[in-house]
Amino acid sequence: MEALEIARWQFGITTVYHFMMVPLTIGLGLVVAVMQTIWHRTGKVEYLRMTKFWGKLFLINFIMGVATGIVQEFQFGMAWSEYSRFVGDVFGAPLALESLLAFFVESTFLGLWIFGWKQLKPAIHLACLWIAVVGSVFSAYFIIVANSWMQHPVGAEIIDGRPVMTDAWAVFTNNTALVAFPHTLLGALAVAGGFLLGIAWYHLWRRRKDGIDTVGADGRVVPGEAAVPGRDLTDYKVWIRSLRIGAVVAMISFAGTAITGDLQGKLMFEQQPMKMAAAEGACHDGTGFSVLSVGNLGSKNCDDIVALIEIPGILSFLANGDFTTEVRGVNGLLDQYKADYGTHLPDSPIYGERAGQEIEYVPVMEVTYWGFRMMIGFGGLAALAALVALWLTRKGTVPASPWLMRLAVAGILAPFGANAAGWIFTEMGRQPFVVAPNPDLNGIDQVFMFTAAAVSPGVSAGELLTSLIVLTLVYAALLVVEVKLLVTYVRGGVVSAMPELAHVPADENEGATPGPGGSGTDKPADDVLAFAY
Amino acid sequence: MELLPTIWFIVIAVLWTGYLFLEGFDLGVGMLMKLFARNNTERRVLLNTVGPVWDGNEVWLITAGAATFAAFPLWYASLFSALYLPLLVVLVALIFRAVAFEYRGKVDSDSWRARWDWAIALGSFFAAFGVGAALALTTTGLPLNANGDREGGAMAWFSGYAVLGGLAVVGFSLLHALAFLALKTDGDVRHRARAWFVRLLPVLLLPLAAWALVIQFLEGKPWTWAAVIVAVVAAAAAWFLARGGSEGRAFMAMGGFLLLGSASIFGAVFPVVLPSTLDPAFDLTIANASSSDYTLGLMSVVAAVGLPLVITYQAWTYWVFRRRVSAAHIPAAHSFLPAIAARAFTTKG
Repeated sequence: MEALEIARWQFGITTVYHFMMVPLTIGLGLVVAVMQTIWHRTGKVEYLRMTKFWGKLFLINFIMGVATGIVQEFQFGMAWSEYSRFVGDVFGAPLALESLLAFFVESTFLGLWIFGWKQLKPAIHLACLWIAVVGSVFSAYFIIVANSWMQHPVGAEIIDGRPVMTDAWAVFTNNTALVAFPHTLLGALAVAGGFLLGIAWYHLWRRRKDGIDTVGADGRVVPGEAAVPGRDLTDYKVWIRSLRIGAVVAMISFAGTAITGDLQGKLMFEQQPMKMAAAEGACHDGTGFSVLSVGNLGSKNCDDIVALIEIPGILSFLANGDFTTEVRGVNGLLDQYKADYGTHLPDSPIYGERAGQEIEYVPVMEVTYWGFRMMIGFGGLAALAALVALWLTRKGTVPASPWLMRLAVAGILAPFGANAAGWIFTEMGRQPFVVAPNPDLNGIDQVFMFTAAAVSPGVSAGELLTSLIVLTLVYAALLVVEVKLLVTYVRGGVVSAMPELAHVPADENEGATPGPGGSGTDKPADDVLAFAY
Repeated sequence: MELLPTIWFIVIAVLWTGYLFLEGFDLGVGMLMKLFARNNTERRVLLNTVGPVWDGNEVWLITAGAATFAAFPLWYASLFSALYLPLLVVLVALIFRAVAFEYRGKVDSDSWRARWDWAIALGSFFAAFGVGAALALTTTGLPLNANGDREGGAMAWFSGYAVLGGLAVVGFSLLHALAFLALKTDGDVRHRARAWFVRLLPVLLLPLAAWALVIQFLEGKPWTWAAVIVAVVAAAAAWFLARGGSEGRAFMAMGGFLLLGSASIFGAVFPVVLPSTLDPAFDLTIANASSSDYTLGLMSVVAAVGLPLVITYQAWTYWVFRRRVSAAHIPAAHSFLPAIAARAFTTKG
């Protein structure tokens, strides 16, 4: 493989991996903050337990997002130095603002939250979590702004061969970013929803299996208690509420991703028509949405693709909101792209051996076509499962079926899949550009870059291969560790996150943790910090 | 015309200095997990002193990197691509270290802890060494061609300066961590840390002082020479203060030493941000490597608000967790009784 391919695989692998941790961090962070707020407001102990349990899983996952995030920032310079030189004036600013205004906030206040359970007054402790969560949301915004500029470069003009920022407001309110940001946040919430639903289902199922909860003649649950720390009546409330919160969050966030996704699609038909045509496998101009296309999508030859099932009008609706407008297909667009951006890469040294090669304007269609459908499919599946779950648990607990339980747990993966598929679709669909041009008349001329020109010219394929292998192996090993640790804490139940439940009889104040009304002045003398490590 | 690039050169120097001042001690504490702590309780004392703050400290590195990208894209691109393999080592070290901090206490097993202790100690060492090497090389130069790309293959960056810079940051971090532990702990750990500090100061600061001096001989200006001399005075002050039992002041004197040392180094190389060892005409300077005034102006406004804010709330964090930690405070390990028998990791309890 050449340096360019290796660098692309590395960016893809590390980014998809990083973006497994990130949505769970953002989504679960918001959910845990709401849980702690309810505890703070009502003093209901089940919400404290939910905060502690889900907060523990949140932290196990959070650290992986932090650890893999640094790689993202470094590899622009390491592997994509030409890209960094070209876009730095515009693209660097949102990254710098992300660190300065968001990531500092997130890391510092999360440290206060983890270690400050006893040192901070309850209201301040809660505020620290909210500040950290808001920090992570802002962080997502800045990253989306940076990414959106690669999809739709605005607020810049070419001076001495490089784009220079001329309008920061345009960059930070890029319409691509304004729809991608809520879409991403809602996608993150969908992940959290599925996570809560699957794990809570497992615990409710387990309580039935262990004979703690039973079902009466009317089918309604009769919650019980076991002589095991933490498996009391409150424990039942923890899981049923978590399950319902998860299901509702999953459904609302899917509805939200559908709406924002629709807005995004309409923008994309305008800003990156080739990406959307490739998402459709649509070769010729038309109005129909392909439900199933067969043939050799990978051949990039339109004669090889046959749309088996097509719904007339839907493609036009996705693109324009009506049922009749002809949406341009790959063949027509190809001519336009060739006319606008040339048929061959320029004879410039930055293209290395690729200088003068013919440009392939059609993205890998099997990836865009299936990526687009997997995103929608996994998302819809998760939302449907959440609806079914609410119905099945209407009488207060889950069915005794182990298969349904396994399905619910496996369902945790669906929103992750939807997120990954969506990103792979949108980034692969941008090819062969790393900074996509604006083909519409309102776009900025010449602000675009071919991916072939972006890789570091001084870095050898051997170096890139080394890092690809090292990072992939390290990431794989740590994923195993993270999942095993999550499984351990999930099976451990609430008591694994609140060991005080096992040692101190749980009273209204839940052991050593001061209640929400506590002033914090009665802490013991040796109360230095919460020894989280 | 050069005002904004100059300001951003200073901001980036401040970010690196802030990073070394803050993460310096938690990198050092990480290495001391294997070099200094005698048993699990002491290791937990060490870890919990940096527990609430290490992640916030690490963001200084990320901000230094991102600010370099935004303010001097050509410096960022050339430096990071030229140091491809050493930065890969730094990344892997930081990944393991971060995960180890969080996961070490999550399973109550000796072998589990021992594995993560190594991850923390080695991760801290390689991160400190790699960052030091990278910083030294950006002051002494890399074999860059006219486009700013490294010539000469994957190891062309390697030189004695890389080793010197690596040792400088490792040594400084170890010493800074001893000062920090003397200030933040109580009991045996506190007294031993202070004794180690007094005994090891000359050795551990030697490489950093040597780097500062090398730069002075290469590029020194009168005021940067003066800064080196005052830095040495600050180091001597730290030694006397620590010996006299003034741990807080000794720690601050270490900060003074770092500030002056880094001012002497960054000040000496200014206005060059990354020299080329092939041809001085290829040097990257604040003038030819910087972003536009528009971008720098925008970021200046944000940094003028954001950076003081960061310093304020981070200082507040240190205030919240200001109390000394001692072995007597350390609670028993989290030996949880799982509600449902765990199969993934066996736990004793």
